[in-house]
Amino acid sequence: MREACDLVVVGAGPGGLAAACRAAEAGLDVLVLDAQPEPGGQVWRGEARKGANRLARRWLTRFAASGARFRPGARVVAAPQPGVLLVEEGSSSFAVRYGRAVLATGARERFLPFPGWTLPGVLGVSGLQVLVKDGFPIRGKRVVLAGTGPLLLAAAATIHAHGGEVLYIAEQASAASHWGFALQLWRHPARLLQGALMSAALISVPTSTDAWVIAAEGEGRVESVRLSVRGREEQPRCDYLGAAYGLVPNLEVARMLGCETSASAVVVNERLETRVPKVHAVGELLGIGGVDQALVTGELAGLAAAEQPIPVELEHTWHRVHAFAAQLALHDAPRAELRRLATPDTLLCRCEDVPMSALEGCQNLREARLYARLGMGACQGRTCGTAAQTLFGWPGEDVRPPCLPARIGSLRLPSDVSSTHTRES
Amino acid sequence: MREPASKATPLVTLRINGRAVTVPVGTSVAAALAMTDRFVSRADLSGRPRGPLCGMGVCFECRATIDGVPEVLMCLTPCREDQEVVTDA
Repeated sequence: MREACDLVVVGAGPGGLAAACRAAEAGLDVLVLDAQPEPGGQVWRGEARKGANRLARRWLTRFAASGARFRPGARVVAAPQPGVLLVEEGSSSFAVRYGRAVLATGARERFLPFPGWTLPGVLGVSGLQVLVKDGFPIRGKRVVLAGTGPLLLAAAATIHAHGGEVLYIAEQASAASHWGFALQLWRHPARLLQGALMSAALISVPTSTDAWVIAAEGEGRVESVRLSVRGREEQPRCDYLGAAYGLVPNLEVARMLGCETSASAVVVNERLETRVPKVHAVGELLGIGGVDQALVTGELAGLAAAEQPIPVELEHTWHRVHAFAAQLALHDAPRAELRRLATPDTLLCRCEDVPMSALEGCQNLREARLYARLGMGACQGRTCGTAAQTLFGWPGEDVRPPCLPARIGSLRLPSDVSSTHTRES
Repeated sequence: MREPASKATPLVTLRINGRAVTVPVGTSVAAALAMTDRFVSRADLSGRPRGPLCGMGVCFECRATIDGVPEVLMCLTPCREDQEVVTDA
């Protein structure tokens, strides 16, 4: 099976939706792919049904009316030639021939290993939050959250709103860094208001800076958490632990297409075009910046893809949200203690059960793959590769296709694809 | 913030490891797994239990056989009527 379009958008979060709307409204034939069953990405998860968030509702309604086509449950697995993507969808697959592409693949959480982090009931901070949005039974459950930055408050607010009891919020940043960040928020009044509203809802939750998880303990599932709180130890009992340290962009598709990346972002020009012609990148791929950055960069890329003029206000908004993203990056850097929590038998690679001790003598990710099978399992190093970058300072690797586990049939290029013509944008 | 109970959400019933679980439409299979007595999706190479981690299709810890298709991610799959979910642990 094959699809053809002027513009393919990979990812239907705020960045992808904004790009798709702008391009489709300008007359392009737009196809949007997303691994989730509904548009909205992680931040607007479930909003297509609930419609509780006004901003989400506005964009999802605009998207539905834009004429862009949406394929849910669609995961890009390979890019066999310029202008072609191979996509797996449920138990079938198809090829997409595109004129231009907007990559809006968003971000994932940074996990750092600690003893007990593989116990059932230990999840990511946002991982727990999105499951709660998806109907996870959190009412009456005791939850400890540990990590960094605004995601902690956002997750706590969601859990609280669904009847869960947040026992403790452990913020790894120092008090100086945390409050320094908060004091910068006056430049971003919407953020300040959002933060204040969430804090008010959570006023009774014990929150500490300079606090982190040392270990999770329990028989077959998490039952208690050992926390380091300003140098002393606490051990609250809990049903669930959310532990993750900020976000990192999902660079796999961009790297597979050959886009240049810096340490933690895709390199783009002022039209948000990557070093690969006709491929744009938006949102978290440009550095972690949240919904505001995703929307404005999505709009910019959608307009650029449709060769429309860029309104000057959009450029101003972009520069403002970019400043916020830079603040966030400074605040989010994991502290050194977090790199020393794993013991020799703590697993780093969860797919292949690779303990820390197996990495002795490895100098980089490639050696860790070859000698210890780190990152050779189902997630293809998405969890352990990111952790190893933080723990050992190893740089990321090139991505080889398929960038996700795929069936053999999904990797076959349909014979009629190369002869298919699309309208060039 | 609580959703009004009067606005009845349609329900679906699926089976997870043979046990019937009834959930509102829109619930993900990973979320429904937490309604069983074990929040366990698979066993690791040593047989120790694992549960979902990332909730968003990144970590692959929640893979299970759904309606006969192996290696499906529960966190990306909405619950459907008569769905058959079999975990690896």
